[in-house]
Amino acid sequence: MNFLGRYIFSTDHKIIGLQYFILALIAAFTGMALSVAMRFHLSYPEAKVKLFEILWPNGAPGGVMTPELYLALMTMHGTIMVFFLLTTVPQGGFGNYFLPLQIGAHDMAFPRLNMLSFWTTALSFLVLCSAFVVEGGAPISGWTAYPPLSAVGPVAGPGLGQGMTIWVVSIALFSAGSLMGAINFITTTLELRAKGMSLLRMPLTCWGWFSTAIISLFAFAVLIAAGVLLLMDRELGTSFFLPAGLVINDKPIGRAGGSPLLWQHLFWFFGHPEVYIAILPGMGIISTVLATFSRKPVFGYKAMVAALLFIGFFGFLVWGHHMFISGMNPYSSIAFSVLTLIIGVPSAIKTFNWLGTIWGGSLHLTTAMLWALGFVSVFVTGGLTGIWLGQPALDLYFHDTYLVVGHFHMIMGVAAVFAMFAGTYYWWPRMTGRMLGETTGKVHFYCTFIGVYMIFIPMHFAGIAGNPRRYSDFSQFEFLRDLKMLHLGMTHAAFFTAAVQFLFLFNLLWSLRSRAKAPANPWRATTLEWATPSDEPPVVYRGAYEFSTPGARRDFRMQNEEEDTGT
Amino acid sequence: MTSPGISRQASFTGLYAFFATIIMLFGAFTSAMVVRRGASKDWVGVPRSQLLWVNTGVLALSSIAAEKARRDLLNGHRMRFNIGWAAATLLGAGFVAGQFAVWQHLRHSGVYINSYPGSAFFYVGTVAHALHLAGGWIAMFYLMVRALRLQLGPGRRTAVDVTAVYWHFLGVLWLYLLWLFWFWGNWD
Repeated sequence: MNFLGRYIFSTDHKIIGLQYFILALIAAFTGMALSVAMRFHLSYPEAKVKLFEILWPNGAPGGVMTPELYLALMTMHGTIMVFFLLTTVPQGGFGNYFLPLQIGAHDMAFPRLNMLSFWTTALSFLVLCSAFVVEGGAPISGWTAYPPLSAVGPVAGPGLGQGMTIWVVSIALFSAGSLMGAINFITTTLELRAKGMSLLRMPLTCWGWFSTAIISLFAFAVLIAAGVLLLMDRELGTSFFLPAGLVINDKPIGRAGGSPLLWQHLFWFFGHPEVYIAILPGMGIISTVLATFSRKPVFGYKAMVAALLFIGFFGFLVWGHHMFISGMNPYSSIAFSVLTLIIGVPSAIKTFNWLGTIWGGSLHLTTAMLWALGFVSVFVTGGLTGIWLGQPALDLYFHDTYLVVGHFHMIMGVAAVFAMFAGTYYWWPRMTGRMLGETTGKVHFYCTFIGVYMIFIPMHFAGIAGNPRRYSDFSQFEFLRDLKMLHLGMTHAAFFTAAVQFLFLFNLLWSLRSRAKAPANPWRATTLEWATPSDEPPVVYRGAYEFSTPGARRDFRMQNEEEDTGT
Repeated sequence: MTSPGISRQASFTGLYAFFATIIMLFGAFTSAMVVRRGASKDWVGVPRSQLLWVNTGVLALSSIAAEKARRDLLNGHRMRFNIGWAAATLLGAGFVAGQFAVWQHLRHSGVYINSYPGSAFFYVGTVAHALHLAGGWIAMFYLMVRALRLQLGPGRRTAVDVTAVYWHFLGVLWLYLLWLFWFWGNWD
């Protein structure tokens, strides 16, 4: 096989996993750069930046960012991070690499479909980024692309012409790629498990990927449908989402009968499950890492599985909590609110079981373990404000304030990213045969941990003070003057946190230069990806988390160990 | 997907997962249609063309031929399979051609996608269905060629079975769409 076949158009699940990982790494640093630019503008709205002018001659004439450019950066930051980082690494990256290894399969069920799914995703990323260079630039509608403004074309603002069309096409492509992946994950999990690997012996990572694949299968199709209808409204003159009597920028739109709320329903029917698509694989990783470095079995394994499935199912019944103030019937708000708060129950089950897992364990504070503990921390912090926002009476006030921004960054963004870091530090030896630097890793962790709290906790205070989100400049508002220093602090915390991410990049690259090979099972873990590679398909004799079994000669037993070999 | 090593059962599991996502896609279109109809007073029905009934008959015949061919292959009647499968493929192409004729007919009578809400849903739904059908048709055509090269038999029939089941599924989906557009969309 030549280079092209082996590394580019590969059907090998490990190569595809790495391809997803690298794509997401590029996306993550792009998204992060956009957020740094936004934070800079929020604190220094008058500053002239040569770089902005070079990158966006129309968006930043003279180097000063226009409000439209700010919104474009915000839209692209959200879209890139949600789709190409949070959806891509945990499932496409780690899932592709480790699901077959952990269940003892030779590869994914449909390797060619797998390749197609990656390249569709990669194409989708290129299409999305091309929005920056078309006439009018990137869309300014936010990652939720609410009509009517997203459906009427450039009359509603720069970026809502070609840029918006490109956005819709890119998201449809991404959805198609994710659907192919989901079909592959479900089939692989159901059909290709090794002998003895019953469903309830699977590591919780596999359960995370499996439930995520089911959610993707049901959610992304709805996003495609919504995208098609939006595209029809934009390009072919239908009115699915456009009501009568619209006048935008003094121009009558001349459509009638459509409902902007319809988009919100369709979008959030996908959008809320998407949150769980981002976090469930991470929950699986965290469970495994916590158990391995506590040398204890996962507390309440079956409850953990049930909680994953429960969260996945209820994730489809709560989309309306994004729409409490949209004019939706207040009675349905109550139903959505109750269902939303119910999700707190399985989330709490998971959190308490994580605490139960580390309780009384012999903790090994490796870098991977620190990220896992950090995950539990930010998950609880972000989750608590979910209980506020899930109640219509409170949401009436908090909606579209920085409290929401702080909330979803904490629970969806930071928590999922912490799980990715935990997974990277944990699995890097298996992926590359090299260990990551532990000291660099720990510095990276502590700086990031402190950094994200310094960014996002003040955001909650700003939200409580009534600070609206999606504004490019607060200096005009009397009631927000007092928050200036708070925002300045957040901005500098964001600079700091972004800067320390280069430590991570450095750590990855530096490890590849190192000559020292990682041991076969450096963490003394139990799951099959750490078993000695063999041409024979593995046979599984036990569950995934047999640590410190009383009477055993060793403090862990691998899933494919028949007897207590006690080496 | 017929790469070696994939079990028959895995192919069907993948297919059923694909069904789930197609159901969600058309479910989303349906719910959009229900909401759109209820949200405003501009609903004037969904365009009808008698040709749709002819197309429905053609698609049904195609499904029957595919099913009969599938069973012939299972029983080792390769020649009968070839004939039946080719007939199913031809009829499938006939259905898509018929749908094109319907769209042409509507265009000539001045019914475009942006004419009224019902026409918009009609075009979106029938085109989406036709695209899914085109995918299945490519698989049917590919299998027809392979069969003529004597590459299929009772022991190598998973791809035929999977394609036939997909074809039946799209047939049932078409009946649903026909009901939705012809009857539900035009009820007062």
